[in-house]
Amino acid sequence: MKNLDSVFWAYMLGWAIFFGFYLSIAKRSNDLRAEVERLKKSALGNSRGK
Amino acid sequence: MAKRVLLGAAAVLLAIAAAYAAFFVAPEERTMGVLQRIFYFHVSCAWAGLTAFSVGFLGNLLYVWKRGEKYDWLGVSCAEVGVVFTTVVLISGPIWAKPAWGIYWTWDARLTSTFILWLLYISYLLLRTLIEEPDRRALLSALFGIFAFIDVPIVFGAIRWWRTQHPAPVIMGGPNSGLAPGMRGTFFFAVFAMHILMWFLIVERYSLEKMRNDVELLRQEAEAT
Repeated sequence: MKNLDSVFWAYMLGWAIFFGFYLSIAKRSNDLRAEVERLKKSALGNSRGK
Repeated sequence: MAKRVLLGAAAVLLAIAAAYAAFFVAPEERTMGVLQRIFYFHVSCAWAGLTAFSVGFLGNLLYVWKRGEKYDWLGVSCAEVGVVFTTVVLISGPIWAKPAWGIYWTWDARLTSTFILWLLYISYLLLRTLIEEPDRRALLSALFGIFAFIDVPIVFGAIRWWRTQHPAPVIMGGPNSGLAPGMRGTFFFAVFAMHILMWFLIVERYSLEKMRNDVELLRQEAEAT
Protein backbone atom coordinates (compact mmCIF):
# COMPACT_ATOMS: atom_id res chain seq x y z
CA MET A 1 0.00 0.00 0.00
CA LYS A 2 2.16 2.84 -1.29
CA ASN A 3 1.44 6.30 0.18
CA LEU A 4 -0.90 4.98 2.86
CA ASP A 5 1.05 7.05 5.43
CA SER A 6 0.16 10.26 3.53
CA VAL A 7 -3.53 9.32 3.55
CA PHE A 8 -3.31 8.51 7.27
CA TRP A 9 -1.68 11.84 8.13
CA ALA A 10 -4.08 13.89 5.98
CA TYR A 11 -7.11 12.40 7.77
CA MET A 12 -5.53 12.38 11.26
CA LEU A 13 -4.29 15.98 11.17
CA GLY A 14 -7.64 17.12 9.74
CA TRP A 15 -9.58 15.41 12.53
CA ALA A 16 -7.15 16.71 15.15
CA ILE A 17 -7.83 20.27 13.95
CA PHE A 18 -11.63 19.79 14.12
CA PHE A 19 -11.36 18.20 17.56
CA GLY A 20 -9.04 20.95 18.81
CA PHE A 21 -11.45 23.62 17.55
CA TYR A 22 -14.39 21.95 19.28
CA LEU A 23 -12.37 21.77 22.52
CA SER A 24 -11.49 25.47 22.23
CA ILE A 25 -15.23 26.32 21.92
CA ALA A 26 -15.99 24.13 24.96
CA LYS A 27 -13.21 25.78 27.00
CA ARG A 28 -14.32 29.31 26.07
CA SER A 29 -17.93 28.38 26.99
CA ASN A 30 -16.81 27.04 30.39
CA ASP A 31 -14.81 30.23 31.06
CA LEU A 32 -17.89 32.33 30.25
CA ARG A 33 -20.10 30.20 32.53
CA ALA A 34 -17.60 30.73 35.35
CA GLU A 35 -17.68 34.48 34.61
CA VAL A 36 -21.52 34.47 34.79
CA GLU A 37 -21.36 32.74 38.20
CA ARG A 38 -18.79 35.27 39.42
CA LEU A 39 -20.93 38.21 38.22
CA LYS A 40 -24.08 36.75 39.83
CA LYS A 41 -22.27 36.33 43.14
CA SER A 42 -20.89 39.85 43.02
CA ALA A 43 -24.37 41.24 42.13
CA LEU A 44 -25.84 39.30 45.07
CA GLY A 45 -23.11 40.67 47.36
CA ASN A 46 -23.81 44.24 46.17
CA SER A 47 -27.60 43.94 46.77
CA ARG A 48 -26.99 42.56 50.30
CA GLY A 49 -24.58 45.41 51.00
CA LYS A 50 -27.32 47.90 50.17
CA MET B 1 -29.41 21.77 24.11
CA ALA B 2 -30.77 18.31 23.20
CA LYS B 3 -30.95 19.37 19.55
CA ARG B 4 -27.27 20.44 19.66
CA VAL B 5 -26.26 17.08 21.19
CA LEU B 6 -28.23 15.25 18.47
CA LEU B 7 -26.64 17.39 15.76
CA GLY B 8 -23.16 16.72 17.19
CA ALA B 9 -23.81 12.97 17.33
CA ALA B 10 -25.10 13.03 13.74
CA ALA B 11 -22.02 14.99 12.61
CA VAL B 12 -19.60 12.50 14.23
CA LEU B 13 -21.47 9.42 12.95
CA LEU B 14 -21.75 10.80 9.42
CA ALA B 15 -18.05 11.76 9.38
CA ILE B 16 -17.08 8.21 10.48
CA ALA B 17 -19.39 6.76 7.80
CA ALA B 18 -17.89 9.08 5.18
CA ALA B 19 -14.34 8.00 6.11
CA TYR B 20 -15.43 4.35 5.96
CA ALA B 21 -16.96 4.91 2.51
CA ALA B 22 -13.82 6.71 1.30
CA PHE B 23 -11.60 3.78 2.34
CA PHE B 24 -13.79 0.71 1.81
CA VAL B 25 -16.65 1.58 -0.59
CA ALA B 26 -15.13 3.87 -3.24
CA PRO B 27 -13.15 2.07 -5.95
CA GLU B 28 -9.38 2.53 -6.12
CA GLU B 29 -8.25 5.11 -8.65
CA ARG B 30 -5.92 3.68 -11.32
CA THR B 31 -3.02 6.16 -11.40
CA MET B 32 -2.80 7.40 -7.78
CA GLY B 33 -4.05 4.29 -5.98
CA VAL B 34 -4.79 4.69 -2.27
CA LEU B 35 -3.46 8.28 -2.29
CA GLN B 36 -6.55 9.44 -4.20
CA ARG B 37 -8.68 8.64 -1.10
CA ILE B 38 -7.52 11.98 0.37
CA PHE B 39 -9.75 13.55 -2.33
CA TYR B 40 -12.98 12.71 -0.42
CA PHE B 41 -11.74 14.52 2.70
CA HIS B 42 -9.80 17.37 1.08
CA VAL B 43 -12.46 18.47 -1.43
CA SER B 44 -15.44 18.00 0.91
CA CYS B 45 -13.68 20.16 3.54
CA ALA B 46 -12.97 22.79 0.86
CA TRP B 47 -16.65 22.89 -0.15
CA ALA B 48 -17.80 23.10 3.47
CA GLY B 49 -15.33 25.95 4.11
CA LEU B 50 -16.60 27.91 1.10
CA THR B 51 -20.20 27.32 2.23
CA ALA B 52 -19.35 28.64 5.71
CA PHE B 53 -17.81 31.79 4.20
CA SER B 54 -20.90 32.22 1.98
CA VAL B 55 -23.29 32.00 4.94
CA GLY B 56 -21.01 34.40 6.85
CA PHE B 57 -21.16 36.79 3.88
CA LEU B 58 -24.96 36.76 4.12
CA GLY B 59 -24.63 37.53 7.84
CA ASN B 60 -22.27 40.43 7.05
CA LEU B 61 -24.68 41.85 4.44
CA LEU B 62 -27.65 41.50 6.79
CA TYR B 63 -25.72 43.23 9.58
CA VAL B 64 -24.89 46.22 7.36
CA TRP B 65 -28.54 46.37 6.27
CA LYS B 66 -30.43 45.66 9.51
CA ARG B 67 -27.79 46.13 12.26
CA GLY B 68 -29.06 43.13 14.28
CA GLU B 69 -26.41 41.71 16.60
CA LYS B 70 -27.40 38.13 15.72
CA TYR B 71 -26.10 38.77 12.18
CA ASP B 72 -22.76 39.82 13.65
CA TRP B 73 -22.66 36.60 15.71
CA LEU B 74 -23.46 34.61 12.55
CA GLY B 75 -20.71 36.40 10.60
CA VAL B 76 -17.98 35.74 13.15
CA SER B 77 -19.11 32.12 13.74
CA CYS B 78 -19.03 31.33 10.03
CA ALA B 79 -15.68 33.07 9.56
CA GLU B 80 -14.05 31.07 12.35
CA VAL B 81 -15.51 27.75 11.16
CA GLY B 82 -14.55 28.60 7.55
CA VAL B 83 -10.97 29.27 8.68
CA VAL B 84 -10.87 25.88 10.44
CA PHE B 85 -12.07 24.04 7.31
CA THR B 86 -9.67 26.01 5.10
CA THR B 87 -6.79 25.18 7.47
CA VAL B 88 -7.62 21.48 7.03
CA VAL B 89 -7.63 22.01 3.24
CA LEU B 90 -4.26 23.82 3.35
CA ILE B 91 -2.73 20.95 5.37
CA SER B 92 -4.30 17.94 3.60
CA GLY B 93 -3.54 19.45 0.16
CA PRO B 94 0.27 19.57 0.54
CA ILE B 95 0.26 16.08 2.16
CA TRP B 96 -1.47 14.86 -1.02
CA ALA B 97 0.67 17.02 -3.33
CA LYS B 98 4.07 15.76 -2.16
CA PRO B 99 3.68 12.15 -3.39
CA ALA B 100 1.46 13.17 -6.35
CA TRP B 101 3.42 16.17 -7.72
CA GLY B 102 6.79 15.78 -5.97
CA ILE B 103 6.36 19.13 -4.16
CA TYR B 104 4.38 20.25 -1.11
CA TRP B 105 3.47 23.67 -2.47
CA THR B 106 3.54 25.82 -5.56
CA TRP B 107 2.15 29.31 -6.10
CA ASP B 108 -0.48 28.22 -8.61
CA ALA B 109 -3.83 30.02 -9.00
CA ARG B 110 -5.96 27.71 -6.79
CA LEU B 111 -3.40 27.27 -4.02
CA THR B 112 -2.52 30.97 -3.88
CA SER B 113 -6.14 32.18 -3.92
CA THR B 114 -7.02 29.68 -1.16
CA PHE B 115 -4.06 30.82 0.95
CA ILE B 116 -5.11 34.48 0.43
CA LEU B 117 -8.67 33.54 1.46
CA TRP B 118 -7.32 32.01 4.67
CA LEU B 119 -5.22 35.14 5.36
CA LEU B 120 -8.19 37.43 4.69
CA TYR B 121 -10.41 35.66 7.21
CA ILE B 122 -7.58 35.43 9.77
CA SER B 123 -7.33 39.25 9.33
CA TYR B 124 -11.11 39.50 9.82
CA LEU B 125 -10.80 37.63 13.14
CA LEU B 126 -7.78 39.72 14.21
CA LEU B 127 -9.60 42.93 13.33
CA ARG B 128 -12.37 42.00 15.77
CA THR B 129 -9.89 41.69 18.61
CA LEU B 130 -8.60 45.23 17.96
CA ILE B 131 -11.92 47.11 18.29
CA GLU B 132 -13.53 47.28 21.74
CA GLU B 133 -16.73 49.18 21.02
CA PRO B 134 -19.28 46.44 20.01
CA ASP B 135 -21.28 48.33 17.35
CA ARG B 136 -18.17 49.71 15.67
CA ARG B 137 -16.51 46.26 15.79
CA ALA B 138 -19.60 44.61 14.25
CA LEU B 139 -19.91 47.19 11.45
CA LEU B 140 -16.24 47.32 10.51
CA SER B 141 -15.84 43.56 10.58
CA ALA B 142 -19.04 43.12 8.51
CA LEU B 143 -17.63 45.52 5.89
CA PHE B 144 -14.28 43.72 5.95
CA GLY B 145 -16.11 40.35 5.68
CA ILE B 146 -17.93 41.58 2.55
CA PHE B 147 -14.56 42.61 1.08
CA ALA B 148 -12.91 39.27 2.03
CA PHE B 149 -15.71 37.31 0.34
CA ILE B 150 -14.59 38.67 -3.06
CA ASP B 151 -11.91 35.93 -2.98
CA VAL B 152 -14.47 33.07 -2.65
CA PRO B 153 -15.60 33.14 -6.33
CA ILE B 154 -11.92 33.55 -7.33
CA VAL B 155 -11.05 30.33 -5.42
CA PHE B 156 -13.99 28.57 -7.09
CA GLY B 157 -13.07 29.83 -10.56
CA ALA B 158 -9.26 29.54 -10.30
CA ILE B 159 -9.11 25.96 -11.66
CA ARG B 160 -11.68 26.81 -14.34
CA TRP B 161 -10.15 30.07 -15.61
CA TRP B 162 -6.41 29.26 -15.37
CA ARG B 163 -4.75 25.92 -16.11
CA THR B 164 -1.84 25.68 -13.68
CA GLN B 165 -0.60 22.93 -11.30
CA HIS B 166 -3.84 22.09 -9.46
CA PRO B 167 -5.98 19.50 -11.28
CA ALA B 168 -9.01 20.64 -13.30
CA PRO B 169 -12.39 20.33 -11.53
CA VAL B 170 -14.15 16.96 -11.62
CA ILE B 171 -17.48 18.46 -10.50
CA MET B 172 -19.04 21.34 -12.47
CA GLY B 173 -15.97 21.34 -14.67
CA GLY B 174 -17.52 21.13 -18.12
CA PRO B 175 -18.21 18.28 -20.57
CA ASN B 176 -14.89 16.42 -20.07
CA SER B 177 -15.06 16.35 -16.28
CA GLY B 178 -16.76 13.87 -13.97
CA LEU B 179 -16.31 11.06 -11.47
CA ALA B 180 -16.83 7.30 -11.82
CA PRO B 181 -20.29 6.34 -10.43
CA GLY B 182 -18.81 4.57 -7.34
CA MET B 183 -16.68 7.59 -6.56
CA ARG B 184 -19.51 10.09 -7.13
CA GLY B 185 -21.78 8.59 -4.45
CA THR B 186 -18.96 8.47 -1.88
CA PHE B 187 -17.90 12.02 -2.73
CA PHE B 188 -21.36 13.55 -2.33
CA PHE B 189 -21.89 11.60 0.88
CA ALA B 190 -18.59 13.05 2.21
CA VAL B 191 -19.71 16.55 1.15
CA PHE B 192 -23.00 16.04 3.02
CA ALA B 193 -21.18 14.75 6.15
CA MET B 194 -18.77 17.71 6.17
CA HIS B 195 -21.66 20.16 5.78
CA ILE B 196 -23.41 18.63 8.81
CA LEU B 197 -20.13 18.97 10.76
CA MET B 198 -19.82 22.57 9.55
CA TRP B 199 -23.41 23.30 10.62
CA PHE B 200 -22.78 21.77 14.06
CA LEU B 201 -19.60 23.82 14.59
CA ILE B 202 -21.35 27.04 13.48
CA VAL B 203 -24.24 26.37 15.92
CA GLU B 204 -21.75 25.77 18.76
CA ARG B 205 -19.69 28.84 17.90
CA TYR B 206 -22.85 30.98 17.54
CA SER B 207 -24.09 30.00 21.00
CA LEU B 208 -20.66 30.88 22.41
CA GLU B 209 -20.89 34.35 20.83
CA LYS B 210 -24.41 34.79 22.19
CA MET B 211 -23.18 33.78 25.66
CA ARG B 212 -20.30 36.27 25.37
CA ASN B 213 -22.83 39.00 24.62
CA ASP B 214 -24.96 37.99 27.65
CA VAL B 215 -21.86 38.13 29.88
CA GLU B 216 -21.04 41.57 28.56
CA LEU B 217 -24.56 42.80 29.42
CA LEU B 218 -24.32 41.28 32.91
CA ARG B 219 -20.94 42.93 33.40
CA GLN B 220 -22.36 46.33 32.39
CA GLU B 221 -25.28 45.84 34.82
CA ALA B 222 -22.86 44.89 37.61
CA GLU B 223 -20.76 47.98 36.92
CA ALA B 224 -23.86 50.22 36.89
CA THR B 225 -25.09 49.00 40.30
